[in-house]
Amino acid sequence: MREVAVIGCGMTKFGELWEKSLRDIFVEAALKAIDDAGVDHIDSMYVGAMTPGLFVGQEHISALMADYLGVAPIPAMRVESACCSSGMALRLGLFEISSGHSDIVLVGGVEKMNDGADATYALATAADQEYEVYQGVTFPGLYALIARAHMHRYGTTRKQLAAVSVKNHHNGAMNPNAQFQREVTLEQVMNATLVADPLTVLDSSPVSDGAACVVLTSVDFAKQLKAPLVKILGSGAATDTLALHSREDITALKAVKVSGEVAYKMAGVKPSDIDVAEVHDCFSIAEICIIEELGFTEKGKGGPFTEQGNTALEGKIPVNPSGGLKSKGHPVGATGIAQVVEVVEQLRGKAGKRQVKNATIGLTQNMGGSGASSVTHIFKI
Amino acid sequence: MPSPRYRREMPQRYRLEAAKCKKCGKLFFPPRLVCAACGSKGFDKTKLSETGTIISYTIIRVAPADFATQVPYAIAIVESDNGARLTTQVVDCKPEDLEIGKKVKFVFRKLYTEGHTGIICYGYKAVLV
Repeated sequence: MREVAVIGCGMTKFGELWEKSLRDIFVEAALKAIDDAGVDHIDSMYVGAMTPGLFVGQEHISALMADYLGVAPIPAMRVESACCSSGMALRLGLFEISSGHSDIVLVGGVEKMNDGADATYALATAADQEYEVYQGVTFPGLYALIARAHMHRYGTTRKQLAAVSVKNHHNGAMNPNAQFQREVTLEQVMNATLVADPLTVLDSSPVSDGAACVVLTSVDFAKQLKAPLVKILGSGAATDTLALHSREDITALKAVKVSGEVAYKMAGVKPSDIDVAEVHDCFSIAEICIIEELGFTEKGKGGPFTEQGNTALEGKIPVNPSGGLKSKGHPVGATGIAQVVEVVEQLRGKAGKRQVKNATIGLTQNMGGSGASSVTHIFKI
Repeated sequence: MPSPRYRREMPQRYRLEAAKCKKCGKLFFPPRLVCAACGSKGFDKTKLSETGTIISYTIIRVAPADFATQVPYAIAIVESDNGARLTTQVVDCKPEDLEIGKKVKFVFRKLYTEGHTGIICYGYKAVLV
């Protein structure tokens, strides 16, 4: 098995990109990543996307993107695992290179959510259609059920949930690619319009357009290129019940825990070795549960751990320096690779005002649905 | 919900039909082909208890198109007295009446009217007891 490195990354700005199409934003991010890598070709590509069919009526985007990127006839494949589509796509790129099958692989993710589709409906297709959505559940509703149970069991407070959004908006205000480059206060988050009690619109990630891409190669090949090289040390993926109600403990995200454990083991590192993490804060409560499952704090302590500033840029374990899904934006299929783009920039020391000091080991965690799938990667410069 | 799919789920939606693993006794709603607890493939057909307990709840204020006229409405995860969990609306109550741990009873109700054709979709909801 060959060691694999990320040698190039690129992303579009996230937000409401009315002037650009699905294919345009993917090609823009891909060209940036290829240019950053300094390679003259790619051998194959993977495209993560949740549901371009529902958002813009376009499937078969693997071939579409290869065509418009001008790289046909190379093989291209679309990967879908709801909101962790591109995180899962990264694993396929990793395996393709580590197996020796290809030398240079482009892995990207894309979603265009603002072209007029019913985003609440489209996103809800990641939940159980027959037994959750049929009853009128929405995604904010599912995470609200988790939040209420977490508050009841562990004493997590409304203010602690808000602290996640405040921290992520603070970081996102320093990210030129973020959808919302502005700060919010605890009071604004807590007093914002309720979406699904106890979650407000400022606990929730937005509806976004965007794309992100990385170029992978073997470590040996990367050395010949003299490209800046960030190794992928570990990769873990896991699944859980699709319906939230089927889980014994609805405050536990078992897929996140398992995907983290597998990635830590493969990388030979522990949670305390991680210098910077990008995690799937689709709702404020999600970040609290995830930092518990990844072992950054004990189960049930994610609220106070966040409130005390441990996950801030200068904290013990900086989480979501990019602004996370909350502030940077969440074009669902693009999110997993956008997390990798941020961690690579952090490890290269190129993250500008939001740079985490002396970061050498980084982690990304990307999740689908209400936690039915999760993928974790660990990187080292 | 296209009609073949709607018809298929009627035993669960109308009669709360569930399946109990012959080997380990775990109850599944809806029925499955493989027991997620022990891997066994043999099940006895059974029924959910008609009462249960609220595990968690929320009030939906932004809904998909089919439910848009119903907001705000309460959704809960309920554990039936015989041990299976499901997601359901809780109706005929005020949001402030809901609490984790409260008992509910399942009732047969209209869920929503579907799209332009106006097909009425039925199923279970819960009321506080």
